[in-house]
Amino acid sequence: MSTNVTEDYIDASGGDWEEVIAAAQESGAERLVVNMGPQHPSTHGVLRLILTLDGETVTDARVGIGYLHTGIEKNMEFRTWTQGTTFVTRMDYLTPIFNETAYCLAVEKLLGITDEIPDRATVIRVLMMELNRMSSHFVAMATFGMELGATTIMTNGFREREMVLDIFELITGLRMNHGYIRPGGVAQDLPNGAINQIRELLREMPKRIQILRKLLDSNPLYLARTRDVAYLDLAGCMSLGVTGPMLRASGLGWDLRKAKPYCGYENYEFDVPVSDGCDVYARYRVRVAELEQSLRIIEQCLDRLQPGPVMVDDPKIGWPAQLTLGPDGLGNSPDHIAHIMGGSMEALIHHFKIVTEGFRVPEGQTYAAVESAKGELGCHAVSDGGTRPHRVHFRDPSFTHLQAVAAMCEGGSVADVIAAVASIDPVMGGVDR
Amino acid sequence: MNAHEGEPTLNEGQELPARAGEERLNSPVARKGMFGANTTGDTSGYGRLLVRRQPPKVSEPPFTDPDDPRTARFDEIADALGEALAQGPVDFDTAIERVVVDRGELTLHVRREHLVEVARRLRDDPALRFELCLGVSGVHHPDDTGRELHAAYWMRSITHNNELRLEVSCPDADPHIPSIVEVYPTNDWHEREAYDFFGIVFDGHPSLTRIEMPDDWHGHPQRKDYPLGGIPVEYRGATIPPPDERRSYT
Repeated sequence: MSTNVTEDYIDASGGDWEEVIAAAQESGAERLVVNMGPQHPSTHGVLRLILTLDGETVTDARVGIGYLHTGIEKNMEFRTWTQGTTFVTRMDYLTPIFNETAYCLAVEKLLGITDEIPDRATVIRVLMMELNRMSSHFVAMATFGMELGATTIMTNGFREREMVLDIFELITGLRMNHGYIRPGGVAQDLPNGAINQIRELLREMPKRIQILRKLLDSNPLYLARTRDVAYLDLAGCMSLGVTGPMLRASGLGWDLRKAKPYCGYENYEFDVPVSDGCDVYARYRVRVAELEQSLRIIEQCLDRLQPGPVMVDDPKIGWPAQLTLGPDGLGNSPDHIAHIMGGSMEALIHHFKIVTEGFRVPEGQTYAAVESAKGELGCHAVSDGGTRPHRVHFRDPSFTHLQAVAAMCEGGSVADVIAAVASIDPVMGGVDR
Repeated sequence: MNAHEGEPTLNEGQELPARAGEERLNSPVARKGMFGANTTGDTSGYGRLLVRRQPPKVSEPPFTDPDDPRTARFDEIADALGEALAQGPVDFDTAIERVVVDRGELTLHVRREHLVEVARRLRDDPALRFELCLGVSGVHHPDDTGRELHAAYWMRSITHNNELRLEVSCPDADPHIPSIVEVYPTNDWHEREAYDFFGIVFDGHPSLTRIEMPDDWHGHPQRKDYPLGGIPVEYRGATIPPPDERRSYT
């Protein structure tokens, strides 16, 4: 990085371009400071990269975030514990199921009901998380392809993701922002036809992944853009707190699903793909291999699904209303409405109390983490004994990983910045929360 | 039938009503009344109800609970940290204020002046090897006089597959905590975030600036005393107060 400060400073943020060009030609200034973003299509949202360029070489890369800060953590302090789910699902909007699961695991740990979650609910959670891992990885690869100018990869990636989103829509009623996983279990059981649709995905998806692999695995253009680009080795990953596919692409097979199993992951057979390339290509290979492992887990989930309840057997925690899927979408259950409005006064009181007041969570704090598609997603939840969280904090992997941009980009060319940022797969909704 | 068969258990001192009551009366009040209403009259009859906070938890060794497998290695970790700290200028009892084992998690409350030393030992000692710090989460406890601001660090050892939490507190009047960025560079942004939202000043941080809020923002929004404001909504003369001024159950 060149540190000699040039005397003249030319502001090229507007005005008369003739003057700007004339001033630039006169001066001996060589460094160019460019704002990439916040509204740049390759920044995955509103990420601002402040690049200092010496010709084509990036000498300095700084990251500006905060453009998508929506105060989710603060908002949650004024809603009940159950309502928190609808907030966290909107953080990293490509991994809503992981956000919800991390949050619910933390709340359940605070309540001390971790072991009482019904098996069926846990299996559905795993199933949904693995589907979500696939949809997130497809977007990661699709947008990456588009940023390198390969629109086929983009359209294929989004087509594949659509299959997963259709299943999400069938099960939760929504393609994104599901609010499906709740403290105590899941919002409702799998609807008719869900299993068949998942089986259809299991049949179709291996072919689609093969097509993706054929397109990319040894594509010379793709290799040229990704091999030895944005190098970050294991020591770098550790000190910068990098986890997830990026860490596994630097040679360490660290996966919370294996190391600290939650939701019964210890009962599933799957491998943790590892590569020691430390570059963008290695991260792609890890992701695409994880797709195949997710399929394996989903298949085992279907075998494990046994009939049973999907919400903890505690009426003081479980949401009283059961939803049903009507012709116009997911909505109130007519049976439940008939029960509370016409059948039982006590049920009505109970419904009213738990919906408006919520449940109290014993005082204390806890940290629960899941291996999200992007890395370790942690939830630090603090309760003061009330019906609302005292504080909920999310350790979002994208937030931590963006710190690595400087380490990966400085000394490289501008074009490689795009590849580096894409290989992090950041989602600004999660970064800024 | 009662378990004690009518015989009082006098030998167990803590069960004596006077003593249990005294402890409880010394704890701060967590909430008053029944329904959170403090602007209108409470006709429920529970208006003078006081719910007191639990006294702060302190765990004494052994930290390992044989019935809870999650705590299996807590004694090992505490001993290793004690040995590692003994090689330096401070010992375990000086650096660690108290230890809390709760819900299968180990929390070490560290005196703020020794935080960097503890973090360095946790990272470098071969028996500890907490390579990964998962950031810092600020918490504001306005009632905890003299230690209003808390910073919780979650640490993870990949070598030994252990986890623990470090917790540091500082008073609102002197919101300074030493930065551990030199030990864990990943905490750079996390400390900036905690500064931005809570106003905790991390001494020694390379560039402690706001990260989420605009640079010219006033105040630290995640603090409990930060007013929520909001957009006044009016409907036929009635206005909707911001969420922190609405009636609530807590």
